[in-house]
Amino acid sequence: MSLLVLMDVSLFTLLLATALAITRLRALYEATMLTALAGLLSASLFVVLDALDVAITEAAVGTGISTVLFIAALRLTRSREAVTPRRRLWSGGAVAVLLGATLLYAAQDLPPFAEPDTPVQTNPVTQTYLHESQEDIGVPNTVAAVLASYRGYDTLGELVVIFTAGVTVPLLLLRTRRRAERDEAHAGEEGAEGGTEPGTEHGTEHGREHSAEHGAEHGAEHGTEKGAEHRSARAVVMSEYRVLRVASKVLMPFILLFACYVLFHGDYGPGGGFQAGVIFAAGFVLYSLVFGIGEVERVLPWPVMLGLVPVGVLLYAGLGVANMALGGAFLDYDTLVPGHPEEGQHYGILIIETGVGITVAAVLIAVYYSFANRGARR
Amino acid sequence: MSLSLLIDIASGALLLAGCLLVVSGAVGLLRLPDFYTRTHAGSLTDAAGATLLLLGLLLQADGWQSGVRLVLIMLFLLVTSPTAAHALAQAARRDGERLPAGDDEGRR
Repeated sequence: MSLLVLMDVSLFTLLLATALAITRLRALYEATMLTALAGLLSASLFVVLDALDVAITEAAVGTGISTVLFIAALRLTRSREAVTPRRRLWSGGAVAVLLGATLLYAAQDLPPFAEPDTPVQTNPVTQTYLHESQEDIGVPNTVAAVLASYRGYDTLGELVVIFTAGVTVPLLLLRTRRRAERDEAHAGEEGAEGGTEPGTEHGTEHGREHSAEHGAEHGAEHGTEKGAEHRSARAVVMSEYRVLRVASKVLMPFILLFACYVLFHGDYGPGGGFQAGVIFAAGFVLYSLVFGIGEVERVLPWPVMLGLVPVGVLLYAGLGVANMALGGAFLDYDTLVPGHPEEGQHYGILIIETGVGITVAAVLIAVYYSFANRGARR
Repeated sequence: MSLSLLIDIASGALLLAGCLLVVSGAVGLLRLPDFYTRTHAGSLTDAAGATLLLLGLLLQADGWQSGVRLVLIMLFLLVTSPTAAHALAQAARRDGERLPAGDDEGRR
């Protein structure tokens, strides 16, 4: 017990130190790295608390995907935080102090950790979930039983939230066809030599930025040169990172296999659709970081990814409708296999976990695409 | 002297060696003079220290299921952590991070 306390204290101290360091840093790439460290520390804390499902999610999202998304966002903006004038620090500081004080005050009401007679432990719902779920649903991992079956509506709602993000972020970030054409026409007018050929997306992009900064005269020409430079520089980089390429190529199938394991083993161990989707997406993001996004787009083309975003939600909700058609309530998996409610629960949980996995993976990859390809896609 | 005692001693020795490597890696990360040697110290923690710790745990594993998992984790770490260290050093070299003064070669 005291060892656990020691681990808790040291992990929390490290987390606090990381958070303070993030607030002190002005270089945003470094701050992003420390954010990843904070995610890893939180995941370790969740492991200490035996919340393994949450720990997998936090490790994959907080440390993996969100770091990559931060970096992709920083690539589009400046990577250094502007200095806030001292007189404007007061309002933010006041809000932070007030919020901290409120949270500390509210934490007084929390029961001590692992106390046996807290409402959480004594509530009859706990007994229902922990004991009767084994007979009702027959899934060893109670977390999966609660999330997918007892609380199926909540999980559907969460999935719709993720789906909304997956629709909104690409809509915000992607340039429409018309706007891309207008930019291209603009670049063609300004510099007759280049920038309008197909396949010089980088060129036109750089040209656009350049002309916005320094007046439009040699925007497009310069852009094309820069694009060619960029490509040859990328080839040099790729040849220098041979170890990285081989290692990620070797690891790729295992990452995808592990995602499938997490998905289909979610009934028995920690994991499930959400975690599997994140790991799946992380594998492809890793691959595109090393080999360039074009390689991944050959496997998972952009329209396919966007098309897969709603598939998972439709699978989930469609299962509910199918249950209603079979004479049960919405998402009442017992009806799937008549006479064997337990088997029906198994199938139902598997189907909705698959749906969650599809949508989460598609959303994350689509969001990554729209950051990485900002301006280049039509 | 029974077999289980031997196994305990061996695993304890491995765990201790792993801990020593991790601590020395941490000291090196703080004390070594330039970027490349610090990267070396950091990768030592990951690759050698974690491997020894996992080997020590492997001797204590009950049942082959945990053993297989530990071996898989070890293989994963053995592939990823040297790769990460290599990528870090390579990126620094590309970025113009120099070797410490006094080296004949200078920057390769």
